[in-house]
Amino acid sequence: MDPYDTPESTPRHGASSRLKDYFIGATPLRKRLEAVRKQASFVPTPPRRKIPQCSQLQEDNDPQKFAFLLHKQWTLYSLTPLYKFSYTNLKEYSRLLSAFIAAEKQKGLAVEVGEDFNIKVTFSTLLGMKGTQRDPEAFLVQILSKSQLPSENRGQKVLWTGWFCCVFGDSLLETVPEDFTCVPLFLANGAETNTAIVGTWFQETFDCHFSSLAINAFNLSWMAAMWTACKMDQYMATTEFLWSVPCSPQSLDISYAIHPEDAKALWDSVHKTPGEVTQEEVDLFMDCLYSHFHRHFKIHLSATRLVRVSTSVASAHTDGKIKILCHKYLIGILAYLTELAIFQID
Amino acid sequence: MSPQKRVKDSKAQKRTSQDSDSYKTNLLALKEEDLNDSKCSLKHGQNDPVKDYGHADDEAEDALKRAVRYFEKGPVETSRSRDKTLEKHLKTVENVAWKSGLAPEGIDILLNVALSGKFGNVVNTRILKCMIPTTLISEDSVVKAVSWLCVGKCSGSTKVLFYRWLVAMFDFIDHKEQINLLYGFFFASLEDDALCPYVCHLLYLLTRKENVKPFRVRKLLGLQAKMGMQPHLQALLSLYKFFAPTLISVSLPARKKIYFRNSENLWETALLAVRQRIQGPPPEPVKLMLGPANVHPVKRKWNSYSVIPMLNSSSCSKECGKKGMALSDYLRSNGSFPLEQLKSFPQLLKNIHSLELPSQMGAVLNNSLLLHYINIVKDESILLRLYHWLSQTLQEECIWYKVNNYEHGKEFANLLDTIIRAEYFLQEGFYSCETFLYKSLPLWDGLCCRSQFLQLVSWIPFSSFSEVKPLLFDHLAQLFFISTIYFKCSVLQSLKELLQNWLLWLSTDIHMKPVMDSPLDTTLGGSMNTVSELIDYIGWLSTTAMRLESNNTFLLHFILDFYEKVCDIYVNYNLPLVVLFPPGIFYPALLSLDSSILNQLCYIMDRYRKNLTAAKKNELVQKTKSEFNFSTKTYKEFNHYLTVMVGCLWTSKPFQKGLYIDHEVIEKAGVAEYKSSLNLVHHPALLSYTVSFLLQEWPEERRVNMSSVRGKKWNWYLDYLFSEGLQGLKLFIRSSIHRSSTPLTREHKPHHQH
Repeated sequence: MDPYDTPESTPRHGASSRLKDYFIGATPLRKRLEAVRKQASFVPTPPRRKIPQCSQLQEDNDPQKFAFLLHKQWTLYSLTPLYKFSYTNLKEYSRLLSAFIAAEKQKGLAVEVGEDFNIKVTFSTLLGMKGTQRDPEAFLVQILSKSQLPSENRGQKVLWTGWFCCVFGDSLLETVPEDFTCVPLFLANGAETNTAIVGTWFQETFDCHFSSLAINAFNLSWMAAMWTACKMDQYMATTEFLWSVPCSPQSLDISYAIHPEDAKALWDSVHKTPGEVTQEEVDLFMDCLYSHFHRHFKIHLSATRLVRVSTSVASAHTDGKIKILCHKYLIGILAYLTELAIFQID
Repeated sequence: MSPQKRVKDSKAQKRTSQDSDSYKTNLLALKEEDLNDSKCSLKHGQNDPVKDYGHADDEAEDALKRAVRYFEKGPVETSRSRDKTLEKHLKTVENVAWKSGLAPEGIDILLNVALSGKFGNVVNTRILKCMIPTTLISEDSVVKAVSWLCVGKCSGSTKVLFYRWLVAMFDFIDHKEQINLLYGFFFASLEDDALCPYVCHLLYLLTRKENVKPFRVRKLLGLQAKMGMQPHLQALLSLYKFFAPTLISVSLPARKKIYFRNSENLWETALLAVRQRIQGPPPEPVKLMLGPANVHPVKRKWNSYSVIPMLNSSSCSKECGKKGMALSDYLRSNGSFPLEQLKSFPQLLKNIHSLELPSQMGAVLNNSLLLHYINIVKDESILLRLYHWLSQTLQEECIWYKVNNYEHGKEFANLLDTIIRAEYFLQEGFYSCETFLYKSLPLWDGLCCRSQFLQLVSWIPFSSFSEVKPLLFDHLAQLFFISTIYFKCSVLQSLKELLQNWLLWLSTDIHMKPVMDSPLDTTLGGSMNTVSELIDYIGWLSTTAMRLESNNTFLLHFILDFYEKVCDIYVNYNLPLVVLFPPGIFYPALLSLDSSILNQLCYIMDRYRKNLTAAKKNELVQKTKSEFNFSTKTYKEFNHYLTVMVGCLWTSKPFQKGLYIDHEVIEKAGVAEYKSSLNLVHHPALLSYTVSFLLQEWPEERRVNMSSVRGKKWNWYLDYLFSEGLQGLKLFIRSSIHRSSTPLTREHKPHHQH
């Protein structure tokens, strides 16, 4: 599927037909309701997904452009659409957010306007980080420390980074009018207090809502399968699974590491439909791992809880933490995370 | 609304506009001779719309004037009645101060009096304690007062009290430039051990970056070395460290704790009153306020204090592009009406087109005026903002989503209560709640927040039954069947409310809106189908529940309550629908041992009759609406029920049609003469009435002879039953049974409909 194929946007309904829209389910609110109903009545995840393709990043992208997003641990959040967010105001947002952070950090103390607080906030777009033309641009927010000594002016230290994106977010985009900007996936790296302050500012300014995005075992298995299926020139890390056995007083963790090539071989043996991953294949892949483990250790892993998956492509923890290792599959990974985020905000 | 008028209306505006003289309360009259005429007239112009000058006000004003004059002049030594006069005047000042606060001029004079030592310590203390401003305190007064501290005329305790007062009232002082110039003086007072904590607090409020000097840091560190780690010193030090990190190398505890305690408590209620005067009266009469107070335990991870956001219109996104504008300019310029000033319904009406919306739409839940607004607004994005916020909040707060996380149960229940109050206020459900139910109902244990949860069910917006059934009702049914009878009753109750809400919605909306020719469920017929499907479903639930609970009377009451709604749809809601109850409800109710059940059944039958008659009449009048003709099946069913009822209650000919009972069974039961055993006299639910009736009317009779109730006695018996409160029975008999004019015979026949 070519990502450019999607039409620009659907025609909007005029105000006059609103009443009718309401009845035939054409207002955004009705559409959302319909979407949720559909989602609640059927199996939540589609039985098949595409294997991430390395060509999905748009061509004008410098491969090193997003390198700074790799090899960092990101905490995931889902985010409802931003109301009246405008890409032309990013400068202004920087100013307002830094003032807000300053005020929050000194709660209870008088804050003088224009005072220097040794921090700086920048907003910038991450051009090209999207799946289709319709996806809004991803953007980055950073809190930088201004160094105390004038001689060190050049080296600004990044205290906190967060970015917002939407990759193949069609299902959400269709149901939201143009006053809103849909960037359902938010990733943060840095002190949680900073995440909280930035999040609060966004919530108060754009009337949106952040929720932590946990990844359940079901979705972790999907990640394991999809990422194992990715073609790699060279493997940088072993494929590793972590299961947790809930027992008292302390839970028991079982780690299961496989050579990535073995994992790939296993995947190839269960994989049938080219370019796609199906639910059956995911189940079969995991079952093979389980039975192998059982043969050696007589432990039924299926009775425990999968909490972490690490591959050469990326690693993910059930708490909603992710580390992306491979630049090639960045978009594919984000597409799946976007899907999970949209599922959560529906 | 013109800007000038708005200034007059709102106190907040008055405060920000410095040119208009804000010091004009009653005490202004004190210096009337000093003031020019224009100011006087301004004062009256200002106050006129607010309140009438009654005599009581004038008197209080005069008394205050006299009191202040008295204190200004100082005590007259010789008079013996001095104490009495003093007490009287003190009382006057105290009363006014605590009631409505003192004007800046009054505070200026009295502060001077208290600190100059003209009177004794006790009087000074009392005066200081009642230095409560109406809204503001002038900076000059404070500076003058501080100058008295240097003279040494007041005692240590008065000084302490003064500093405590200064800290408490700090926010109400109009300017702080001059006071800041006295920084050095205050700082020097740190030496005084008794004053030190209070001075520290004052300095904490007063300190600016330029006040932080190396010598002061040294002094503070010296004090700390001398007195140990005092929280007040720590506070000041940490503030200094914040402003000048390079000057202070000692490490201070990072975790903030309470540095200053109890310095305000003397004036706590007064401070509240002052703030209220500044911000205007509480927005609404209490009963209209939907939300609880804004106090929530601070537990939220993202530093908002309550689940529901605060009402706040000053959104940064709107500010954008209007850089460099002062707030007051901003408020006036574009003619929009700030939410914080919205206090009354007339205000809402006046400003409805220029209302600034809250930056977080969730805030409307706690504000009934904005709920009104939401109700009529056509802007879909407002509803969408509310939808997203509410869905996420419900999902996040829902306690059975989190394993072992029941400590927030109360908070979740409170949130649900707030939502339900808002839905009730709007008489309309939120879509977010519906989607929340889809997701959470399958996981619900049926116990947690039961009452709230079932109320949410009753506010599900009207929608196609077949669509909602698998998402909602099927899950609810599972719980329904395995739960206690009380749960069943609560479910039936909330489903009754759901039906009522749907009917109300349909009866007000469908008739106003043109019936669309598009999909099925948008037409009146489609809507009626959905409603009748809902009723049938609840009928099925009820029948099964009756079987499960072995015809429990308590349960039957709730079921009949539901059918009281159902039977009246045509007449009450003007909707073309009559759905009868299933036999599984009718027969147990008819043969119930409980007279109130029988009575309720009679009432319902009477209402069905009235509705069907009305429908019939309408059909004859307008033959066009063929779509909504009731099937003859409904009439046949009703007539069948009616015949059975008349047979069982009146003619003693029960179950003649459609019911065959094996003769052997009847013989075994020992009621071979069952045919005459079922009527108003012998009905098991009414037996006790018969006996009471006979005993009451013929107390001398030795044997109670039931079969003697006939003819005239029958009529007396009827009157007796009616007088015992069986009004449903009365209505039923009056309407459905033609009684012959001769009271002696007992020939009655049911009145058939069709």
